[in-house]
Amino acid sequence: MTRHVVATVDQVPPGQRLLVTVAGREIGIFNIDGEFFAVGNRCPHNGASLCKGRIVGLVEASQPGSYQFSRKGEFLRCPWHGWEFDLRTGKSWCEPDRTKVRSYELKVEAGETLVEGDLRAETFPVSVEKEYVVLEL
Amino acid sequence: MSIMDLDRKSPAKHRLQVIDCDIHPAMTSWKEIHPYLEKRWIDHLAVYGSHLRHAFSEALSHPRMSPDAARVDAYPEEGGPPGSSLDLMRKQHLDPNGVEVGMLIPLRWNPGSQRNLDFGAALTRAMNTWQVERWVKQDPRLRASVLVAQEDTDASVAEIDARGGDPNFTQILLLPRTDEPLGRRRYWPIFEAAVRNNLPITVHVGGTNGHPSTGGGWGSYYMEEHHMVAQAMQAVMASLVFEGVFERFPQLRVVIMEGGLGWIPSLSARMDKHWNRLRSEVPHVKRPPSEYVRQHVWFTTQPMEEPGSAAALLDLFDRIGWDRLLFATDYPHWDYDDPRYSFKANLTEAQRQQILYGNARRFYGFDK
Amino acid sequence: MQDPQAAGPSIGLQNAIDCDLHPAVPSMAVLLPYLDEYWREMVSVRALDRLNLSLTSYPQNAPLSCRPDWMPADGTKAGASLAMMQRHVIDRYKLRFGILNCLYGAQVFHSEDMAAAFCRATNDWIRDEWLGRDARLRASIVIPAHNTELAVQEIERRANDFRFVQVLMLVSGEVTLGRRQLWPIYRLAEQLKLPIGIHAGSAYRYAPTAVGWPSYYVEDYIAQSAAFENQLQSMISEGVFAKFPDLKVVAIESGLTWLSGFIWRADKTWKGVRAEVPWVTRAPSEILRDHVRLTAQPIDAADEREAILRLVDHLKSDRLFLFSTDYPHWQFDEDNALPAGLPDALARNILFDNALATYPRLSKADQPMEVAR
Repeated sequence: MTRHVVATVDQVPPGQRLLVTVAGREIGIFNIDGEFFAVGNRCPHNGASLCKGRIVGLVEASQPGSYQFSRKGEFLRCPWHGWEFDLRTGKSWCEPDRTKVRSYELKVEAGETLVEGDLRAETFPVSVEKEYVVLEL
Repeated sequence: MSIMDLDRKSPAKHRLQVIDCDIHPAMTSWKEIHPYLEKRWIDHLAVYGSHLRHAFSEALSHPRMSPDAARVDAYPEEGGPPGSSLDLMRKQHLDPNGVEVGMLIPLRWNPGSQRNLDFGAALTRAMNTWQVERWVKQDPRLRASVLVAQEDTDASVAEIDARGGDPNFTQILLLPRTDEPLGRRRYWPIFEAAVRNNLPITVHVGGTNGHPSTGGGWGSYYMEEHHMVAQAMQAVMASLVFEGVFERFPQLRVVIMEGGLGWIPSLSARMDKHWNRLRSEVPHVKRPPSEYVRQHVWFTTQPMEEPGSAAALLDLFDRIGWDRLLFATDYPHWDYDDPRYSFKANLTEAQRQQILYGNARRFYGFDK
Repeated sequence: MQDPQAAGPSIGLQNAIDCDLHPAVPSMAVLLPYLDEYWREMVSVRALDRLNLSLTSYPQNAPLSCRPDWMPADGTKAGASLAMMQRHVIDRYKLRFGILNCLYGAQVFHSEDMAAAFCRATNDWIRDEWLGRDARLRASIVIPAHNTELAVQEIERRANDFRFVQVLMLVSGEVTLGRRQLWPIYRLAEQLKLPIGIHAGSAYRYAPTAVGWPSYYVEDYIAQSAAFENQLQSMISEGVFAKFPDLKVVAIESGLTWLSGFIWRADKTWKGVRAEVPWVTRAPSEILRDHVRLTAQPIDAADEREAILRLVDHLKSDRLFLFSTDYPHWQFDEDNALPAGLPDALARNILFDNALATYPRLSKADQPMEVAR
């Protein structure tokens, strides 16, 4: 397993996203209220660039006519057919077991620990002052 | 959106060669058609706008779940609605998908449903010229469709005859929700003109005629409204068959566009079965309805059915007839079909080529 | 005379449950005893009894409305005679039960009160002249569906008579069938273990298709299967089955083979737009499998056996279809009410078991007469 530095923390503010390429793969980095999540940029349904979709919340209903809205900003809606994917797990809402997008483990680490460790920063040099988003692949 | 736009590498497995039968061009602003519209109608449009048989003058009856019914990734950077930028259309669709010919299906303004017939007819003339000037002349891969305001048959026939000799136009475009079912005789002069000009009639989902979307009233949700377009297409097909349109116009060819595919075999069988019982009512229908369908009607593939089993999809294609299927993407709309991924079955190379390219090439006469 | 059990499935039709029989109201005269004084006077003053209230959906003499060899020789309405129904179907196939779905003008009068009065009379007449005279018969409750309150009253009136096994609605009425205004009907039906039987036919409040009024009757009839699709999509989208988890719907005389296209389109649409209807938490095909049953005449296919097997494959269930003759409508010839060559287990489900599972009140046979509530 290789660790890749994919972004500085301040590059992806809360509610925002960044598309990066790691080892030839397009991966979207998402910041949900300070937590970072990563999913592949290919919708498992029909191949759309999934990470261009709208970031939405989860709507559920205890009964018809009730709309319970939660987890604001934690789902990604495919830009084409509107399938919803849970950014925390990569699972689609409608077919969680059958249809999922690859999700990746992310960690936020301080620059000083990274400089000393064994990692690959493909896109930019790492400096000790900043915090970085690190992806394991 | 803070997102880097990386070029996606298309899988090299198939070199795509596609005829896309359903591309929706849009106007950056409605002023785009001013050069082709008489002053009276420019003023009319500014003052009165669209005047249709439903509650919203400009919006559709049921708001879509995606704005402009479009792919979220199809908005041009320079502004304007999806489908309004030829550059983006090329970069995002025509070039990477190997589109050799793309059929334009303009839906804006709904000219055929305008209650003011003269306004509708003026819009069709303007939008037909607009298609050629704004699109076809700018990209030789594109082809225009002859819009007609079908409730005014004289104007429709005049427009068909005016465009019939122009190779930029490949077909006549009608929307299914006409004032009366399309097979009724008031529309026959349009079919006659189609045959005279050797143009197929294409029926693309849409239109508004004041009739509820179902025989039992209006649905509440877009989820229902999206479903019923396939049922409206069934009624169009039944009307064309049972009115005897194909008996009267044996050369007529019809394309059912964006109506779905799953219902075709069952509707054909249903029409056959009950024609057998009730044929004394329609003696002008000489042959089993399914034969007319098989002989006169083609279907575009989008939105592709996803039965959850490849065998069911192949069985469906077998029963419709592989030679009747014309590929379409519906770019830039939300339910877009990608030529690489939308068939959830393993097609042979020959089958894939036939649907993506060969059938349309033959149907529209591009092989001649 | 040929052996009626020789045609059809190898296990024969004996003891089958016929889920779609059409008794005809011969004339309004038979309903008069069940109308109150006001309505009796109105019948006389307005000469209502001279009106032919055959539904436009089923023209009295259209070939589809009556199989030629079942047409009464004396010019009376097909389906009006119990004796003929017994001879043609009930005795001939040795049915265990037959469910009566009366298609008459009562339910489509624009006046809600008139509709309620005549629905009530129709149900009373069915009780006395049909259920009371053949113990194998069961019936659907005819209701004025366009007035929920009156419809509920009529259902309550039949609640304790277990020979009424279903509530009957036309597939095309005034509002789409999922609308919340109809829910009191569904709530009561669920409580009383009455499936909602949705029968082909329209009250013609609107053009039968979204593209307007077709010229020919055959087009109207073809459009019925599309109406079923739209109404099931309405009930699913509105969350009727989320609200009433024990409710069953029976699609009667729908044509069947539209089902494949329906579930494919409905499932695909749902995946894209489900946030609009968050109470729809399962694919429409799954909801349909749990809540919707369908009578198996007509079967819109050239090869009916192949069609049923294909549907069982697509729907992943052999529990959905209910035997029906659709008597006296002309859907099949001779004794081919159910195609030959079906696997015995599937045929058994269609002929008996599925109906017993769908209509809980069926097996409570031989109940006493109606009890006043």
